Amino acid sequence: MRAVVNIHLKQGVLDPQGKAVHHALGSLGFHSPQEVRVGKQILLELREGLSHEEALEEVRQMCERLLANTVIEEYQIEILP
Amino acid sequence: MRVVVVQFPGTNCEFDTRYAFERLGAKVEILWHKEREIPQGSDLVVLPGGFSYGDYLRSGAIARFSPIMEGVRRFAQKGGYVLGICNGFQILLESHLLPGAMKRNANLHFISKFHHIKVLHNDNKFLSKTRKGEILYIPIAHAEGNYYVDDEELKRMHERGQILLQYCDAKGEYANPNGSLEAIAGICNEQKNVFGLMPHPERACEPLLGSDDGLRMLQGFLD
Repeated sequence: MRAVVNIHLKQGVLDPQGKAVHHALGSLGFHSPQEVRVGKQILLELREGLSHEEALEEVRQMCERLLANTVIEEYQIEILP
Repeated sequence: MRVVVVQFPGTNCEFDTRYAFERLGAKVEILWHKEREIPQGSDLVVLPGGFSYGDYLRSGAIARFSPIMEGVRRFAQKGGYVLGICNGFQILLESHLLPGAMKRNANLHFISKFHHIKVLHNDNKFLSKTRKGEILYIPIAHAEGNYYVDDEELKRMHERGQILLQYCDAKGEYANPNGSLEAIAGICNEQKNVFGLMPHPERACEPLLGSDDGLRMLQGFLD
């Protein structure tokens, strides 16, 4: 069982990396992006035998306590078989 | 005056910090992060600068769970004075001992240079030896010093006088090296016993090296 955690700065919190990438894309001729936000992805291999709900709840606690800083970041969790 | 300087794996300012406080006449002990308690009789705990745990995940995010941090929390809850410098400030933010969070510098660069900072409030132990409005000259050296806090908390911090230091130019006009909200360089908690700043006062203790303004900041803790 695997969990995929995606972490980004919250909407409304200016993302300096996203802004720099947006600018670089523009100078390469890619003008379609209206906004770029850079985040990080954390992959977790979980032990077998957890239910989907148990896995989701445990990873949610990991995000709240360590993986994300909820003052500035938001996260999405995906549980895969 | 007994000062404890906490050393995490990756800390690199512990010896400069010890030098600065010893120069002021304090007794200084460097304490490994695996310890659980702040020694009895300590007057001040300093979380010094560096790159604890290689800044992995986020600056300070892993050091926050070091065994000593529970001891630091208890020490602060009993009213003990805590000072976080640079990475130490980031650890205090991650620990929620101070409000807000750090982002990458707005220009994405690691910035290492002397900068002017203005004292906004001196009605606290840390800055008691400086004057309100005084402009200090102190080095900064960080990649993640872009301070952020939400509007509501920022308003409360202003009301309580928790915004202590602001980046500025030599004349005291607005200057912002890293994109920090309102060019904030240093803050404290509501009780005014936990302090955090990105600039390095311990690196400004010898006129020969450019400035000794840092001594007057640290001196506040010695009364």
